[in-house]
Amino acid sequence: MNLVLLIFILLFSLSLFFFSKSRIGYFSNSKQFKLKALPKYYAYYLSLWCALPAFLVLVSWNILEPTIVKNLIFSKIISNSSNEVSRDELNLIFQKIKAYYAGNFTGQLSEVIKSGADQYKRLLSVAASSKVVIFFVTIVIFTSIALKNVANNVHAREGVEKIIRILLFASSVAAILTTAGIVFSLLFESIKFFSTINFFDFIFGTSWSPQKAFVSDTSAKLSASEIKELSEAFGAIPLFAGTAFIALIAMCVAVPIGLFSGIYFAEYASTNVRKFGKPLIEILAGVPTVVYGFFAALTVGPFFRVLGESFGFEVSSESALAAGLVMGVMIIPFISSLTDDVINSVPQSLRDGSYAVGATKSETIKKVVFPAALPGIVGSILLAVSRAIGETMIVVMAAGLAANLTINPLESTTTVTTQIVMILVGDQEFTSAKTQAAFALGLTLFAATLVLNFIALRVVKKYREQYE
Amino acid sequence: MNKEQRRKKRYQAEKRFQAYGIVAISLALFFVGLLVFKVFSDGRSAFSRTMIKVPITFDADKLGITNINDKDEVENADYFTLVYEQFIKSYPYSNDKEEKQIIKLLSPDYEFEAKNYFLKNKDKLGKTVSLLLTASDDFDQLHKGNFPRNIPEERRRLSNYQLGIYDQFLKEGKIEKIFNNYLFSKGDSRDPELAGFGGAILGSFFSILVCLLISFPIALAAAVYLEEFAPKNKLTDLIEININNLAAVPSIVFGLLGLGVLLNVFELPRSTALVGGITLALMTLPRIIIPARASLKAVPPSIREGALAVGASRVQTVFHHVVPHAMPGTLSGTIIGLAQALGETAPLLLIGMVAFVVEIPGSPLDPSASLPVQVYLWSESAERGFVEKTSATIMMLLGFLIVMNSLAVYARQKFERKWN
Repeated sequence: MNLVLLIFILLFSLSLFFFSKSRIGYFSNSKQFKLKALPKYYAYYLSLWCALPAFLVLVSWNILEPTIVKNLIFSKIISNSSNEVSRDELNLIFQKIKAYYAGNFTGQLSEVIKSGADQYKRLLSVAASSKVVIFFVTIVIFTSIALKNVANNVHAREGVEKIIRILLFASSVAAILTTAGIVFSLLFESIKFFSTINFFDFIFGTSWSPQKAFVSDTSAKLSASEIKELSEAFGAIPLFAGTAFIALIAMCVAVPIGLFSGIYFAEYASTNVRKFGKPLIEILAGVPTVVYGFFAALTVGPFFRVLGESFGFEVSSESALAAGLVMGVMIIPFISSLTDDVINSVPQSLRDGSYAVGATKSETIKKVVFPAALPGIVGSILLAVSRAIGETMIVVMAAGLAANLTINPLESTTTVTTQIVMILVGDQEFTSAKTQAAFALGLTLFAATLVLNFIALRVVKKYREQYE
Repeated sequence: MNKEQRRKKRYQAEKRFQAYGIVAISLALFFVGLLVFKVFSDGRSAFSRTMIKVPITFDADKLGITNINDKDEVENADYFTLVYEQFIKSYPYSNDKEEKQIIKLLSPDYEFEAKNYFLKNKDKLGKTVSLLLTASDDFDQLHKGNFPRNIPEERRRLSNYQLGIYDQFLKEGKIEKIFNNYLFSKGDSRDPELAGFGGAILGSFFSILVCLLISFPIALAAAVYLEEFAPKNKLTDLIEININNLAAVPSIVFGLLGLGVLLNVFELPRSTALVGGITLALMTLPRIIIPARASLKAVPPSIREGALAVGASRVQTVFHHVVPHAMPGTLSGTIIGLAQALGETAPLLLIGMVAFVVEIPGSPLDPSASLPVQVYLWSESAERGFVEKTSATIMMLLGFLIVMNSLAVYARQKFERKWN
C-alpha cells in the first residue's frame, strides 16, 4: 500500500516535471510572457510542491496511525469494563487482539478480544481508506496552489532554493534528532528502572544478579522485602569494575605498543617503512570486532588456559586477560596513528634546537618532542579508553557472564556491554526490571563515553591551537 | 665515568630506544599476521565438502511410483527409505546400533539430494547410478583431517566402527571432495555440513543498501548545510558538537536506540534488514558527515567566487560547482563508513537480527542475519564444522572490507583534484 503510494508520487511528480518543463519552454519560446527563471525551475517548483507535502503526510500518517488505533481500542476496552484496567493489562489485551486479527491466536478466547478484533479490523480499514483520501487531497491542493503560482509567474528559482535550504537544514537537524532519540529512549526506560530501584543502590551496590528479578511487573505494589531484594540484585559496581579492569589490561597492551610504533613511524622510519608499515598496522583498525571476539574466544582464551595449566595456575577459559589482550591489539592502531599525527605536528624548530645543543635523537624525543606532544597523546589515549569501555563483541564472546568482583586477570569478569547484550538478546518483556536495567546501564555507558570524548576532543583541539 | 664511557652509554640508550620502536611495530605486525593466518588456516577447508559415492537403484516399486509423468507421485515418493536401505548395505553390520552408526555418516539431507537428482533425471527410473551424497559433519571433519584419530574412543565423535567404515570407503575410492557450493547458496542450519552464509550475505546486502539510501543523502545535505549555508550561531554550534560526539558514541548505544525507538515506538518488524539498516544509518551518519565536510572545506574559495561572479545564486554555486569537486572525498568517506557498518555486530544483536534464519531473505522486510552476526552465531556452536564455517565467513567479510576500502582509496586517488 505505502509502496504503491510512494511509487505513485514519484511517477506523478516526475511526469509533472517533464510535462511542465516542455510546456513552459514552449510558452517562453512563443514569447507570450517573460519568464522570471529558467523553465526547469518552474518544473522543479511544481514537482517539489506536489511530492513533498504528500510524502510528509504519508510518513506522519504511518508514524501516528498505530498509536491512534491503539488508544481508540484502549478507550473502548476501558469504557466497556466495569473495574479498573491497568496499562499493562491493556497492552496484553491489545497484543492478543492483534494476534487474533492476524489469525495466529492461541489460548483462551474472550468476548473482549473478539469485539476488540472486530473494532481493530474496522479501524484499520477506515484508516487505510482515509489515508488514501487525505493523500490524494494533499496532492491536489498543493499541486493546484503551485500551478496557480506558476501561472502568476512566481519567482520559481527562489522558491525552489528556499525549499532546498529547508531540506538541507532539516538534514543537519537529523544529527540532533539522533542524539535526542538516544537520550529519550535511554532515559525513558531508566526512569522507570530508578522508580523501583534506588539510584545509589544501582551505582554503589556490589552484587549483580538480574536473574533474581523474578518480579516481572515493576508497576505492581511490592513489599518492602521484595524491594530490598530487587535493589540487591542490581548493584552495578562489579560491572563497572570489570569494564574498567578489562579496559586497563587493554591499555597496558595498546599504550606501549601504540606509542612506540607511533614514535618510530614519526621519527625514525624511512619512507618505505612508513608507506608499507602504517597501512599494515591500520588493517587492525579495520577488522570487525566480531572477528577479534572469535579470535579471543577460540584461540587466545584456550591458549592462556593451557599455558596457565602448564605453570600450575588455574585459568578460566573466559579470562579477563584474554579479552583485554585482544582488545588492546584492536586499539593499537588508534593510538599509533594519533601519536604519529601529534608528533608530526610538533614544530621542527624544537627538534633543531635540541640537536644544536648536542642531544641524541632519542634524548630529543624523550625530553623535547614527547613533552610537547603530551596533551595530544593524552587526548588520543582518552579516546582509546572510551572505545575500550564501549567495545562490545570482544567481551561478549570472550569475557564471562557471571559478575564477580576480582582483580585476578586469570578469572572471568563481566562488563557493562556484555550484560546489556545478555539481557536484551532474545525475547524481552518491556515491563521487567531486568530489561530496564539494560537501558540504565546503556545510559551510564553513554554518559561515561560522552564525558571522556568531550574531554579528549577538548584536549586535542586546544593542543592543535597551540602550534597553529 | 669519563666522557668516552658516557657517550657510549648515551649511544646505547639511543639504540635501545630505536629497538623498542622496532619491537613494538613487529609485535603489531605479528598480531596482524597471526590473525590472518589463523583465519585462513581454519577457514580454508570450509570451501570443500566431503561426498560419499553411493550406488542407488531408483526402483519404481520401492519409490512407489506407478506413473513417471504423475508429478505428485514423483514429488512425494519415498526417497528416504530408498537411500537408507541401499546405503546401509555398503558396510556389514550386526545390530541396530551399528546400523544407526552407518546412516549417521550421511548428512540428514540425503533424501532431498536423491530427490533433486531424480527430478532432473527421470529417465534413471529402474537404473542404478552412483550418486554423490553429502557426508555428515563428523565424517567431513575426519576426512579433512581436523579430527585426531589417536585419542580414546569415548572422547571421539566417531566410533571405531565408523572409522572402520571410513577406511573401507577410502580404499574403495568412495569418498570425494568437491567445491562447497552450499556455503554460498544456503542459509543457516543446525547441521554444519548444510549451513551456508548465503542468507547472511543477502541480509548484509539489504541492510547496507538501506543504510546507504538513508545515510548518504542526509549526510551530504547536512555537510553542505553546515559548510556552505549555516550562519554562525548557537544552534549550528550545537549541531557541530553533536555530530563530533555522535561519531564516538559506542555502537551498542545505537542498538539500544533501535530497540527503544524503532521497535518499541514505531513498531517496525523485528529481526529485519530494514530496522538493521536504519540503525546502522544513524550510526554511519556522523561518520560520513565528517569526511564530507572536510572535502567541502578543501574546495578553494576561488571556485565559489568565480561562480558567484558570473551571477550564479548561492544554491547554484554549491550544487553546480562546489559539491561536484567535493564528491571524490565524500564518496570515499561514504564507502569507508559503509565498510564500518558492514562489520558492525552489536547494534544488530539488540534489534533481534540474531534469529536462526534458514530461509534466504528476499527483501529487507524478511527476517535475516548478516555476515558479522553469522560469525557470532556460529562461533557459539560447539561443532568443529562450525569453526571452519565461521572462519570462512570471516574470510568473506574481510574480503568485502578489503574491496570496499581499496575502492575508497582508488576513488580518492583517481578523481580528487589537488588545488595547489
